[in-house]
Amino acid sequence: MVTITTVETLQDAAANKGQGTAFLGGGTLLMRGVNYGDQNVSRIVRLRQPESLAGVSSEGERVRLGACATMATILKSADVAFLHAVARAVGGPAIRNMATVGGNVFAPHPYGDFAVALLALDAKLRMSDGSELELERLLAARETETRLIESVSAMRPAGDDFRFLKVTRVKPRGASVLSIAAWLPRRAGRISGARVAFGAMAPTPVRTPAVEAALEGVSLDQNGIDRALQSVANDLNPPDDSLASGWYRKEVAPVHLKRLLLGQGTR
Amino acid sequence: MSKTPVQFSLNGSPAAVFVDDAQNLLDVLRRGVGDLSPKYGCGQGTCGSCTVLIDGEPHLSCLTLAETVEGRAVETTNGLAEGPQLHALQEAFMENFAAQCGYCTPGMLMAAKALLDRTPRPSREEVIEAISGNICRCTGYEPIIDAILAASGQPTRRTG
Amino acid sequence: MSSVEFRKDLFNDERDDNLQEIGKPTRRQDILGHVTGRSPYYDDHLFDGLLHMRCVRSPHHHARIRSIDTGMAERMPGVIRVVLARDVPNNLNTLLSLINFGKDEEKLIQDTKVAYIGEPVAAIIAETDRQARDACAAVKVDYEVLNHVLDPEEALSSDAPVVNEIYPNNTFDYHDLYDHQKLRFGDVEKGFAEADHIVEGEYQMSPIEQAPIETCGAIAAPETNDRYVCYTSTQALFFSLGTTAKLLNMASSRLHFIGGTVGGGFGGKVDSIVEPLSVLGAVLTGRPVKFMWDRTEEMQVGAPRGAERWRIKDGVARDGRILARAFTGFFDAGAYTRLSSYAIIKCSAHLPGPYTIPNVASNVFCVFTNRTPATAMRGFGITGVDFAIECHMDKVAETVGLNPIELRILNAYRDGDMKPHRRLAKNTALIECCQVAAQKSGWSIGADATRQSSLLGGGGARAEIPETVTDSAGRIGERRRAPVPTAPGEGAASKGHVRAGTQGIPIVAAAPQDEDMVIDPARTGYRGPSSTPTRIPDAAMTPDHSLQPAAAAAAPPPASRPGPVAPPSSSQYQQAKPPPPAAQMAPEPPAAQPPAVPQQPASQPYKPEKPFSRGVNRPGVSRFLSGSRRR
Repeated sequence: MVTITTVETLQDAAANKGQGTAFLGGGTLLMRGVNYGDQNVSRIVRLRQPESLAGVSSEGERVRLGACATMATILKSADVAFLHAVARAVGGPAIRNMATVGGNVFAPHPYGDFAVALLALDAKLRMSDGSELELERLLAARETETRLIESVSAMRPAGDDFRFLKVTRVKPRGASVLSIAAWLPRRAGRISGARVAFGAMAPTPVRTPAVEAALEGVSLDQNGIDRALQSVANDLNPPDDSLASGWYRKEVAPVHLKRLLLGQGTR
Repeated sequence: MSKTPVQFSLNGSPAAVFVDDAQNLLDVLRRGVGDLSPKYGCGQGTCGSCTVLIDGEPHLSCLTLAETVEGRAVETTNGLAEGPQLHALQEAFMENFAAQCGYCTPGMLMAAKALLDRTPRPSREEVIEAISGNICRCTGYEPIIDAILAASGQPTRRTG
Repeated sequence: MSSVEFRKDLFNDERDDNLQEIGKPTRRQDILGHVTGRSPYYDDHLFDGLLHMRCVRSPHHHARIRSIDTGMAERMPGVIRVVLARDVPNNLNTLLSLINFGKDEEKLIQDTKVAYIGEPVAAIIAETDRQARDACAAVKVDYEVLNHVLDPEEALSSDAPVVNEIYPNNTFDYHDLYDHQKLRFGDVEKGFAEADHIVEGEYQMSPIEQAPIETCGAIAAPETNDRYVCYTSTQALFFSLGTTAKLLNMASSRLHFIGGTVGGGFGGKVDSIVEPLSVLGAVLTGRPVKFMWDRTEEMQVGAPRGAERWRIKDGVARDGRILARAFTGFFDAGAYTRLSSYAIIKCSAHLPGPYTIPNVASNVFCVFTNRTPATAMRGFGITGVDFAIECHMDKVAETVGLNPIELRILNAYRDGDMKPHRRLAKNTALIECCQVAAQKSGWSIGADATRQSSLLGGGGARAEIPETVTDSAGRIGERRRAPVPTAPGEGAASKGHVRAGTQGIPIVAAAPQDEDMVIDPARTGYRGPSSTPTRIPDAAMTPDHSLQPAAAAAAPPPASRPGPVAPPSSSQYQQAKPPPPAAQMAPEPPAAQPPAVPQQPASQPYKPEKPFSRGVNRPGVSRFLSGSRRR
């Protein structure tokens, strides 16, 4: 049995949180569980007007995305053109009309490709209690997180500093074998402060510190990225699933990272 | 178990129905309202056969909590034809052999309608993108892509 | 509409050129329903008071059931009925029992031992789907987990766990004699000895789920005339009806099955699993009951095309002629037979592919493992081995240094050639297909290959059945006692010979038991099997170890390629009278039954352990209330 509670504000929704309670975002994952009799969810809390938390706006060098903004909302906003390729990589058109930014942060493996991009773009979350939280910290403990996300702010990358790639077995749409997002700020042609995140390579989207360190100060060419490619294996211990084995994911990760960094095969 | 009243527009006509807790829109359309055109294929958002339009945009009815369509406009394949006059997409699907078992067809049609309503003359790539969330196991997709292009009044271009 | 190109230059005297529909665009007759969403699939039939059925399924590959506690589930809101094995009137079946093939071995609902993940141990009928799911989650099953086996060759080892207790050797029993299906034609050992190259290869295919968009399911409801209506997704309506009648021990006249609009099948909707459960639900509750798999069940429990593993060994002459080909095949049936046994029969009649090879042997095993039972899918039994054969042809071409298309044309069967299952090849067209494919793909082939024709060069010596070496290795139960080699011809088992020109042993499985099974030649034009089985005359069999020398020495490989229309030399075939017309026989066993079986008197026909029985067995009521049993 599942009951529905409809509330007016995110704070009301957060107050309703508790054992067996889930917050309805786009429903693409939660309703799947409901349809399949997920015994861990006995109550759904939903906002009567989720559109109120679906804004997309610029804030200086950052952009702010409402937690209830859908992938389709992202695709309609010229302010976040750098995220269009990422939003388009999530599901087909119908899923994109439903799936939300906030829900993507909580999407279990192998989903959550949008969160991979947010992670690379140094995303900070504004939570339902008004506090700010780095996305990376939430991902590390998202199973026990009881607050809700109100909005996400992410860096606006310059030029082609941001790259995203998703590898699927089914074309043109499928769940991730892996996804990679890289933010590669450069000074005088040399990378400075790179952030590289992988999806479907761990229970949550993860950054790869060894790769980021190996990219520091190098130029984006075959020689420059060589050490970074060799570092991939150090950072990742990917899981097996029906799409790919962990072994396969680890083997191909450097190949796809190379394509991403050298601008081959990005989309 | 409680029942919640929901009112919405279905293919332009008002619909009112009591829904069970956590009932999805597909189930409500099929068993509550009696519109059998959207189909159950997976209940998890992977096949697209339950695709309906909500306020003109494609949604997966199996993943839509029924009470969230309160006050909104829902369109299904059942409402595509106007009386005996079939929609151009329906005619084109018939002419181009775009259905074999027919089970994915209502979802394909709604995904295609959403595209043509917004983009009357789509490119082949846009057609492919528009139906990328809909799985067909019979046709191999090419006749469907051709049919959607034909419905938009464009020549079909078969590859291979 | 894609354009179809007709090659009317080929075989133009073999058909009347008056095609009215083929090659012309046409509308499907059911397409208006499809594009308007009005085609009536089984789930599109609405019933007041519809109940929903869901199954409690095994989470283990292999486990003994100690106990099933449904107490809490029965008290859950909306639950109408819990269905257990004891509620199934005749809870043991095998799908092909309707054509008298195989032993009953699978329960509709398990109560003693589960043999694959997802095997049902209980079913819950509730007011809503969600209530049924919640109640399923509340059923407590105490399992004693057993060792499992997931690889067919591991399942053949003498210490493998017994998957299916009806077949304790983990293999389907062929002809009550062998743990595999044999095919023998000529003498492969002789062919290998004559060959310049031995080419061996191993090929493997994974299971493939048919994945129809409409999941398997059925809705059953009581009718007012003491019958039950059942709307079903089945691809095999009368199979499903017959299976339901048998499992529920109910006259099939009380079952009103309606199908025909199927949301994709591809073979995955013949297993008749959902219909008996939904009808049983309607019987037990007196209300309409829907049993519809969700996508997870379709993928996990729905029977796929089974995995296959093949080993092929070819003896090849320097010029590319294949002199001998031996197969060892393993079909992974999963935990129960379903249609795997039949797939192997089809497969054995297909070997060695569309090629004329004078010496062919194959041993094909239908092996039980703790995987999802396998069943039909688009050409099952053929497609897997064809993949192996065609990979292997490329390997042969590479070995002998021949153009792979020319190699195929060189070895292609031609009209009038004898196939190893002892039927003459007719309407062959491989050569022409190869020629057109080469032309279309811009792959050049030589003038010799271009001039070959399927109509020329076949028959004659190539129509004859050679003296055939048989063996009796792999008898049922042998493998449990000690490891037995699985390669054809290997092992110390006694060998025998079947004289050249002998058709083989048609086996009449069982005499028709009811009048409606007797084939009426006037109606069908098909002359059925004689009531007494035809046996090879004793004189034709030489069940001893002394190999008789072939009547003629093998021809030395020609120095150059064969002439324009000359097929490969076949002088190693014994000269014999042309074979009689193919003997008609029961559809199940192939003709290639090896005869050298000392224990079984040659005059005794095969008899099943239990007489074939289906449906009710009431005095005055025919056991066969429906007429169809051929697929």
